[in-house]
Parts: sequence; structure tokens; C-alpha cells
Amino acid sequence: MPGQPQSSMLRLILARLVQMAVTLTVVSVLVWLAMGLMPGDPLDLAMLADPGMSAADMARQRALHGLDQPLHQRYLAWASAVLHGEFGFSRLYAVPAAQVLWPALGSTLVLLGWALGLSAAVGIGAGVLGAVRRGAAPLVDGAAILAQSIPGFWLGILLIIVFAVGLGWLPAGGAAEAPGLLEAARFLVLPVATLAIVNAAAYLRHSMAAMQHEMAQPYIRTARMKGLPPRAIIWSHAFRNAAIPVVTVAALDAGALVSGALVTETIFARPGMGKLIYDSIMGNDYNLALLALLLAGLVTMLATLAADVAQRLIDPRLAG
Amino acid sequence: MRLWLGLGLLGALALGAAAAPLVQGWLGHDPFTPDLFARFGESSAAHPLGTDELGRDVLLRLLFGARVSLTVGVAVALGATGLGTLIGLAAAWRGGWLDAVLMRLADGLLALPALPLLVVLAAVDTGRFGLPRGEALADIARIALILVVFGWVGVARLARAAALTQLSLDYVAAARVSGASEVRVLWRHVLPNIAGPIGVAAALAVAGAILAESTLSFLGLGIQPPAPSWGNMLSNAQELVFSAPLGAVWPGLFILAAVAGCTLLADGVRRGRGP
Repeated sequence: MPGQPQSSMLRLILARLVQMAVTLTVVSVLVWLAMGLMPGDPLDLAMLADPGMSAADMARQRALHGLDQPLHQRYLAWASAVLHGEFGFSRLYAVPAAQVLWPALGSTLVLLGWALGLSAAVGIGAGVLGAVRRGAAPLVDGAAILAQSIPGFWLGILLIIVFAVGLGWLPAGGAAEAPGLLEAARFLVLPVATLAIVNAAAYLRHSMAAMQHEMAQPYIRTARMKGLPPRAIIWSHAFRNAAIPVVTVAALDAGALVSGALVTETIFARPGMGKLIYDSIMGNDYNLALLALLLAGLVTMLATLAADVAQRLIDPRLAG
Repeated sequence: MRLWLGLGLLGALALGAAAAPLVQGWLGHDPFTPDLFARFGESSAAHPLGTDELGRDVLLRLLFGARVSLTVGVAVALGATGLGTLIGLAAAWRGGWLDAVLMRLADGLLALPALPLLVVLAAVDTGRFGLPRGEALADIARIALILVVFGWVGVARLARAAALTQLSLDYVAAARVSGASEVRVLWRHVLPNIAGPIGVAAALAVAGAILAESTLSFLGLGIQPPAPSWGNMLSNAQELVFSAPLGAVWPGLFILAAVAGCTLLADGVRRGRGP
């Protein structure tokens, strides 16, 4: 039936959206509880700022802001506000939370996009090379193990030492101070390189294994005997089949990529979701931390869903 | 080849960790007390890898840090492998709603970016449960526990898939027919047959735990100074990239060696068992 694949794809997407909503709700409850257990509530900080505050003032303030309510009632009030699009206030930045969330999301998506594209291109390219050229295999293999084992934050520091401190070519971190694409790119190079190198390892290992498997199949020998040029054999025969497990990696790897962005942004002091989550937790800005965390989770799950949809599109066996 | 390289790396690190007090005896100074007259020392006979920003011996701190990092790695691997195997076996054996609930839980954990959640959990004030704060052992236990919560998923999925295959084989039916209890079937028959893939997953869990611990400690949420861990040695190093860039190199190399050792070990075992 011609309508079949579409409806199964629709069902996948709907099921995933339900699962996402459940996951985000569970996470928001758990994180809400965890944050109740972190040191310092909002008024402790207000008191630090104003030593003249008396215990009676504190109690009155707590009642005013609803901080004397039980945890579950505060959660329900917060959740209903968020579902109505009211994201509340960021204490750390002293502006409405939405004002810091969206620019941070944009900055992170730029970092993620470049890092994902670069790591997939380099990882798949090197993986195919390692599978096709026998001599390159040990070298590619070694690079994969190195990239997989290197701690991302250390790689970032090493790149800062070499390119910012030693050679002085690129800034050690921060955000672009002047407008212009070139200026933005200068601040993007090292973070993207850090994230891409760490993230390329998974693509490299899986594309190499998948290509090695495909290149040993009889249909490749047939293609060779037909006299097809090697380029056509590699890319339009073997790689089309090898791409399926590689896309699976992309789906499984979305979480690691976002985690990597958090560390990378923290090292390079790059304003983004990762740095926002870290700074807001460190600065006791619970509302912003929770919102940023949920937004990061949502982005990750949407990326996973996109990879799953892509996998169904390129693998006819899954489409039915 | 990979197997031996991995074992060699891990063996050397473990030996160094075990010999830390001995090395301290030979060098004859304390890596925990600052010596502000010897800050940023070059490598010398007394300090083979130099001294850090507080004048403490870098080599000794690396070796004592190895004790912390390797303990966390092994503890997490044991915990995550045990819990994951149990959950995977339960899901495969029971099937039905239990399987569905456990695997959806695993999916949910896999779908989320782990590090932000680890940061949240690591920031929880354990003092509120009446637990000691800031002691090295309590820190290790806290970090290990948090990493187990996220670490069991990979093992559980592997164990479930492998156990499902085994449970459908004739020898399981034969064992049941000959009167073996379900516990005996799982423990004596299924478990030994899925031990290979679980062992590989455990080696990778050590690698993941060492990376995660060092990242959390680097961010200031893991092992708290003055206790050294490879991660928190680097959190100081970042502030000092301009004045003492070499200080950032050694701890990272140790993390790299430990993680690469586990990865090579897992690879070697997997290849040895055949694809």
C-alpha cells in the first residue's frame, strides 16, 4: 500500500513526542527535588546582600514569594506558569529568564551545528579511508582510540595553550566583541575544533567498521568485475549501506554532543546553554538552571528524533 | 596486541597508585602541604615533574590522584555492571510490562544529555542528609553513586539482548525440564554465557567513569581539593595557562592513558572473542 510508510513514520514521530513529554516531566520533577537539596534558597542570598534583614523580614519574604509552601505545590505552580509561557525571572542575570535563554540557545546551536558537521565529515571520511586503504587502517584506528579517550576539557586547554598562548593566533575564549562574521568565526574555531575532535571518534569507529563489513560483501566484487570505477563502488555501493549504522550513531550520540558542548563552553567562557546551566547552578539560580536543563534535553531529544527519521528515510527495511 | 597494550597502561597506572606512599618516602616530601617557596618548580631530582602553584610535588599528586580516579572508575564499573546485569536479566527473563518499563527508563536516560544532569546531582548538598561534607572518601562515594545512576543503562541493554538470545536456546529448556529453578537457570546457565559482552561493557564503563569523574572534578563538583584527583588538578591548571602552561599537560596525559587503557582492553577482549 502506498500510504503505509507515511503513516508508520507519523506513528513513530507521535510516539516519540509522547515519550519526550513524559521524559521531560519526570526530569523536571527530579531536578526540582534535587534543587531543593542544593545549598542556599533565594532568600539566603538576599540576606547575604543585606545584613540588616531580620528573621521576621525573612519569614515575611518567604511567605510573599511562596517559599514557605511545600515543595510539590511550588512545583505545580512553576509548571503551570511555564506551560503558559511564563518563564519567570533569572536571579543571576537580573532579567526575565527568556531573555538569556534564547540567545544562549542560538549560540549553542551554532557551536553544535559546526561541530556536528565537521565531526561527521572528518569521522566518516577517515573511517572510509581506513576501510578502503589497508595501509591507513592502523593509523586511523589509533586516531580513533586517541580521540575517544581524550578528555574534552583537556583538549580544549591544550588548544588554548598552543593557539592562544603560544602562537597567539586565536582568542583564548569569550564571545565576539565586535560585529562581523570573521570576528565571530575567530571565537568559534577552537571550541568547534575541541568538540568536533572528541565527537568524531564515534563516527570514525562506526563508519570504518561498517565500511569494512560492506567492502567484504559479494556485491562489491560483482561491482568490481563490472568494471565500475573505485569511487563509484565506494560511495554509491558500499557507503549507501554503511551509512545506516552511521546514522544510528548520530542518534545515540546526540546526548554526548550536548554534554560536550557544556564542557567546551565552560572552558572557552562562551555564552551558551552549557555555560548557562553551569553558571546558574553555581550561582543558585534554580529557575534558570531548570529551564536551561529542560531546553537542552528537548534539543537533544529532537536531534535524536531527526536522526531516527533520517534513518527510516535511507533504510527502506525500516520504513514499512 | 591491543589487549596487552591496554593491560600494560592500566597495570602501570595501578602500580603507580599502589606505590604512591613508597615514592613519597623516596622523594621525602609531602604532596599535601603547600610550600610557597617552591612554586612552579622546574623538574629536578627532588621533584621529577616539578611543583604546582602551591609548591606541591606534581608527580606525587598524580600518583595519589590515581588512587582516587582509579577507585572511582572501578567502583562505578562494579556498581553499574552489577545493577545493569540485574536489570537486563530481569527485563529479559520477565518480559511484559517489567521489560517495557525498564527499557523505556533506559531510553529516557540515554536520550538526555548526561553531563548537565550529573552537574545538577553533583551539586546536591549531601550535608542535608546528615552525611559528612568535603571528606575525600565521602566525595568518592558520592561521585561513584551518581555515575552508577547513569552508568547502568549500557550494560543493561547489552545484558538484556544477550540474555534474550540465551533464554531462547534449547539448553535453557533442557535445564528447566530437568527441574532447575529459575534462579539456577539464570545464575548458573545464562549468566556465564553472557559474561563476555558484559565484561567488555564493564571495561568501557571504567573508561566512561574516569572521564566523567575527571570532568566533574574539573568543573569543581567532583573530588574537592586538597585531595588530588586528575580532574581537579586540571581545574587549577586552566587558571594558570598563561603563567604555567606545562602544569596542564601531566594530569590530562594520565587521564588519557587510563581511558585509552580501558578502551584498548575492551577492544582486545572483543576482537579475541571474534566478531
